[in-house]
Order: sequence, then C-alpha cells, then structure tokens
Amino acid sequence: MNTIYILWLRQLKRSIRSKSRIIGSLSQPILFLLAMGFGLGPVFQKAGEGNYIQFLTPGIIAMSVLFSAVFSGIDIIWDKQFGFLKETLAAPVSRMEIMIGRTLGGATISIFQGFFVLGISFLIGFKLESISMIFESFIFIFLIAILFTAFGTALASVLDDMHGFQMVMNFLVMPLFFLSGAIFSFSGLPKALEIIAKINPLSYGVDGLRGVLTGVYQFGFLTDFMVLSVITLVLLIVGSYLFSKIEV
Amino acid sequence: MKIIQVKNLVKNFKKIKAVDGISFEIEKGEIFAFLGPNGAGKSTTIKILTTLLEKTDGEVIVNGFDVDKDPDDVRRSFGIVFQDPSLDDELTAWENMEFHGALYKVPKKIRRERIKQLLEIVELWDRKDSLVKTFSGGMKRRLEIARGLLHHPKVFFLDEPTIGLDPQTRNHIWSYIKKLNKDEGITIFFTTHYMEEADLVSDRVAIVDRGKIIKLGTPTELKAEAKTDSLEKAFLHFTGYAIRDESASGIDKMRMVKNRGKSKL
Repeated sequence: MNTIYILWLRQLKRSIRSKSRIIGSLSQPILFLLAMGFGLGPVFQKAGEGNYIQFLTPGIIAMSVLFSAVFSGIDIIWDKQFGFLKETLAAPVSRMEIMIGRTLGGATISIFQGFFVLGISFLIGFKLESISMIFESFIFIFLIAILFTAFGTALASVLDDMHGFQMVMNFLVMPLFFLSGAIFSFSGLPKALEIIAKINPLSYGVDGLRGVLTGVYQFGFLTDFMVLSVITLVLLIVGSYLFSKIEV
Repeated sequence: MKIIQVKNLVKNFKKIKAVDGISFEIEKGEIFAFLGPNGAGKSTTIKILTTLLEKTDGEVIVNGFDVDKDPDDVRRSFGIVFQDPSLDDELTAWENMEFHGALYKVPKKIRRERIKQLLEIVELWDRKDSLVKTFSGGMKRRLEIARGLLHHPKVFFLDEPTIGLDPQTRNHIWSYIKKLNKDEGITIFFTTHYMEEADLVSDRVAIVDRGKIIKLGTPTELKAEAKTDSLEKAFLHFTGYAIRDESASGIDKMRMVKNRGKSKL
C-alpha cells in the first residue's frame, strides 16, 4: 500500500513540476474548444444539429484525458532510458505494485485535466442541466484515464526509445481521437470509418461522457460502461504482464 | 562467512553468450573488484546478482538467499550504484532519499534520522531541497551512494562509481566507501576502468574477459604473475591490447538524441 502511494505521489510531483508540460496540456484543449467550437459552431447549427459547444465539450474532455493518460504511461520510456526504473525494479517490491502506483498517478493527473477542461467549457457557454451530472461524468473520465494510462504503460514496456513515441502519436493516438466521435457524430460516415469508430474504445468514452453531460447517447450508458470496463481490465492485465517482462 | 556465491553462471542473449560459466565466492567484509574490457560481461553479471536480469543457468546466492527463489530477500540485502545515474531529476535530493526509504520500508522515524546522517556524510545536507537536475555529476554520484546505503545493505554493488568524476571527487568517494567497509563491515563489489583505483582499494580482483573469469587474486598476486609493477599493465597482459566493441545500447542512442537537442539550443 505504501509502495503504491509513494509511486502515485512521485507521478503527481513530477507532473506538477513540469511547467511546460502543464501549460502545453492545458492550452491544447482550450485551443480546440475555442477554434472548433466557434469556428464550426455555425455550420453545425445550420445543418440542424443544435449547439456545437454542447456537442464538442465532452469530446474535448475525452481528448485531454486521452493525451494526458497516454503520455503518463509512456513516461516509463524515460525512466527506462534514464535509469530511474532500475531503482524501482531493484527494490524489494512487486512489479504489480509499481505498475498500479504509476497507473493511478497518471490517471489522477488525467482526471484533474478532464475536470479543468469541463471548468473552462462553462466559460464559453457549455451548460449542464444539473450539478449531479458532474459526479456522473467522473465515472467515464476515470475509466478513460485508467484505460489509456494502462495502454501507454503497455506500449512503453515494449518500446525502447522515444523514436517509437512519434509513431504512437501519429498512428495510434491521433486516429483514436479523430475517429471517436469527439468532434463529429458517426451518422453519415462511410461504412469503413464507422466500423473503425465502433471498435475504438475511446468512442465509448466520448459517448458515455456526452450522454452523462448532455443526455444524448449513441450506444447507451450500460454499453459504454461495460465496454470501457472490460477493455480497461484487459489492458491492465496485458500492461502488467508486459511491465513484468521489462529487462533493464 | 561467504556473502556471495556464484557457481557456473551463464547468461545468453539471443545469439551472444554474455556470461559463460563464471564462478566465484566473496567473503563478508571483502572489497572485491570486478574488472574487464568493455563487453566482458561485468554489468550483465551485476544485473543478475541484483535480480534485474534472469540468468540462463548456474547458481547465485547473495547473503544466503537464492536470486531465483527469494528475490525480495536478496533485494533487501544489497544496495547498488548503477553505471548510469538512476535518480529522479525532477525530485529533490531529500525526496529521492525518502522515496528509496519508503520503497525499502524503512520506518519513518529511522528513515528521517538516517537521511540526515547520510546526506551530511556525503556533504549534500545543505542542498537537500534542490532538484537533482541542478546537481553536478559528482553530486549525483554522492547522492546515489547515500541512497544505496539508506536501508543498511550487507553488500554494496558499485558499477563504475567514479566514471567521469574529477580526482578530488573520486578520492573523496573512495575514502568514504573504505570507511564504510571498515566501520560497518559492508562487503563492496565494484567495477571500474581505473586500474590504479582497483589496485589501491581492493582486497581481491577478478579479471573477466569474453564472459569468463580469466584471473582471480589479490592485486599483488596478479602483478607478480604478470611480472609488472602496475595493475594496468597486468590487466593488459592478461586481456590483450585489442580494442573491444560494445554494441550501442538504447541508453547510448537516447543520449545522442538528447545531446543533439541540446546542441541546437
């Protein structure tokens, strides 16, 4: 328990101290909200789809949680390269504890980030019908955060250096975001893209978050919750396995 | 009492035989130097002895515990200073110590006392709240030594502890390690490329080459056998003059990338 706590604390301290990372990860979602929200808003409205800010906000929250979670998982590559991982692996603690502590740390930061974006969205006109929705949204923000931190951890366990990281961003994380229904709905998508969107776990996160915050679901609460939970569990198991196989 | 027992240790990486049947025993309280050219299998051996790497074959006992059967007992028995820095740059010196103490479950009160004591010994107490990334190479090494001792290990592994340090710092670090060995009876197992260092401090020396121990004895014995007055000459006598290649590890590649970024600034 102590081990998990100290690793969690370390992740938090690192994140809070990295000013450039904080500024970067907070300004990016704001930019997306402003540029897309106001830029595409009128088009969205003309097409008869309603208020775009209402539609977009849950998607951008999911995006910021996704990026932050994958990043903190991938952080292991740095620890691997610059030695700190050896310090933890040579200690008399189980790798499972190390993995859990790190994952919770990364997820905590991502959750904060998600709620920060939610807070910002109120300033540009996002409206909630009731305050209790914020608590419900926690379920999905939490699941997205854990799922993608575990995903990042699994990737980092098999990648040797930061070169692979660019690949991950371009070929995995960006498509995950763009094809998740975060910025546009699936209706009217070509069949092939729709299939990809439906096997994308983030789609269920975005849908769940949008459903809880605005009442509009595509798949439904239970489907979203179940899909995310199952995939999170699988990724945690795969991530722990790959992490336990790391040799330094 | 034997604190380390290694029998027929073998480690294969895909096609390469990194360690090829090494055997040795180390007495409690000994200062043991593990010398060899690049790629001889020194770091691989240390990684196996410290449970970071699984061996292919053989038997390794540290402080009476088998590395395969009781890895956590082995881990509690040793402290280590790795070849590459393994501190968290984004944490302070004190936080790095605190983190280590918590991982090794040293009770809080004792932990705080020892951290103060150790940081004072390595002369870093007044910098305890500075981030490690502001430290020089020598300061980082001193901090790593202090950290490695926090849980009172029986064996202290040092993989090239003085690489890249100036003579003053090296001298300082060695006098501290020797004092530790004398006062606390901690067994020291170290590697180095500085032969005069090994000659001065070690009780016994093992020379490894191509995954095998080719010589084992006191510095005096080895020098006598090679009929020379310096351990460096003896070392070259036994291992030859050819330059060895070591394939670049991920860390080396990473450093290149990091430095490239720096030079642009």
